[in-house]
Amino acid sequence: MIEIDDITKVYNTTAVVDRVTLTIEPHSICVIVGTSGSGKTTLMRMINKLVEPTSGHIRIDGQDIAGIPAYELRRRIGYAIQGHGLFPHRTVGQNVATVPKLLGWDKRKTADRVDELLSLFQLDPAEFRDRLPHELSGGQQQRVGVARALAAGPNILLMDEPYGALDPVIRAKAQEDLLSIQRRFGTTVVLVTHDMEEAIHLGDVIAVMDKGKLLQCDKPAEIIANPATPFVAELIGTSERPFRLLSLATVADHLEPGTPDGEPIDATASLRDAYAELLWSGRSALPVRRDGQLVGQVTLDALARLARPQ
Amino acid sequence: MTIGNLLRVLAFAILVLLLVNPDLFSGFFGLFARDTQPAIYNQGNLLDITINHLGIVLAATLASTIIAVGLAIIVTRPFGAEFLPLSRSLANVGQTFPPVAVLALAVPMLGFGTAPTLVALFLYGLLPIFENTLTGLTNLPPAVTDAAKGVGMTGWQRLVKIELPLALPVILAGIRLSTVISLATATIGSTVAARTLGEVIIAGLTTGNTAFVLQGGLIVGVLAVLIYDALSALERTLMLRTGQLGRASA
Repeated sequence: MIEIDDITKVYNTTAVVDRVTLTIEPHSICVIVGTSGSGKTTLMRMINKLVEPTSGHIRIDGQDIAGIPAYELRRRIGYAIQGHGLFPHRTVGQNVATVPKLLGWDKRKTADRVDELLSLFQLDPAEFRDRLPHELSGGQQQRVGVARALAAGPNILLMDEPYGALDPVIRAKAQEDLLSIQRRFGTTVVLVTHDMEEAIHLGDVIAVMDKGKLLQCDKPAEIIANPATPFVAELIGTSERPFRLLSLATVADHLEPGTPDGEPIDATASLRDAYAELLWSGRSALPVRRDGQLVGQVTLDALARLARPQ
Repeated sequence: MTIGNLLRVLAFAILVLLLVNPDLFSGFFGLFARDTQPAIYNQGNLLDITINHLGIVLAATLASTIIAVGLAIIVTRPFGAEFLPLSRSLANVGQTFPPVAVLALAVPMLGFGTAPTLVALFLYGLLPIFENTLTGLTNLPPAVTDAAKGVGMTGWQRLVKIELPLALPVILAGIRLSTVISLATATIGSTVAARTLGEVIIAGLTTGNTAFVLQGGLIVGVLAVLIYDALSALERTLMLRTGQLGRASA
């Protein structure tokens, strides 16, 4: 658990982060959203002491981080950034092994861990271990960056606009990877982005920041249904609200009995995808398929109901 | 092999031949000497003089490198930042002070010989290395230095594992400049009795023997070109290996 308690950061005379209090539950993904200059990155960088707060406290699992040496704290917290920040003169393997080496793991254990992580990110260890970062594609570099952040098995992973430099197709894939890895390791993730779509997709909790202040911190559905300020509403986009709400649930969550004719949709698809398919094919109901079996239907009427705050 | 490399190998071979067996070239240098004059320098062994010349340059450049890189490291650390302007002006003074003046001032203190030449070359070589090391250490990719902090490296680990290796090609460029300048400047050391190729040139000038002047000048010139090229090639290799080609090149 990360407890951010009344934290303020002042540069010159401007409060970049202004009395923010926020608790991040363990094993959850908290996405901090805001425009540039909102203080979101500064807030995140105070968690691993890359920025020292002017006042206030941050506690990790009850321990005030002010009393922990910065380098020691950072070795316990994964850190992945936009533009990956890989060390250009070290191989992929050496990059991933950075933190285990700093922690003094023995060679065997480190090498095993590097191979395990590379495989997890669909990078064949034999092929990629000894390559230099500049020989990789942007998407591969980004994956190595996250693998390096996770190398020592940290409980907390901080990510600063990690997908900012990726094209939409690779970004969607990277987001799915993050979700599955987060479920697998139970890592607490704090992710900073300016993209509300990404926040809604990834976040268990979304924290919206503007001009250094925390405007609202809640579950995505709640933020969409009841934005606390006009700024939050603007960030969500008024005309996008129903679709964002639909994107939160899958077809499987709202199955109805019955099997209409026509091309079925997968049970894991989001309601938004189902809605798009209904509109595009001009049908009023879609059969739903799970593991090759038709298990029910999803109807236009139901979606219209679900697209409004319950 | 490219034409450039072929020429370099050829130049090196001729240089070695000239140093080991100068008499082979007496016909060529005879063209520039008057009939009564010797064509080949006869007051010392050319090879010995060249090795001595290179030794002086190496010692001076090594000392400049250690001091200049050390200074640049100190003034780029948080605790040394306030010394940056001071050390910059010190290195600048070293550069603006003409080597001849340093020699003239150093002789009364250090006597004639190699010592005043070493001092002059050392001072003269500081600035290029210092400036390049500063550039190298302060122009690192921000994402990389941020990541180095973020993974939990201490200041010392960041310097040794990340900053210096990445700045190395730029530092090397400074050392290259400094070496080549010293190589040429070392010749004036012979005016205060240091054993450098300057003595061949000076002997030629005082006796009006163009062949001597040409010999001394050619050896220094070819050495400078070859060392310059070798160090440039090393920089390129380092840049390629670290995927930095196209980044800083000073």
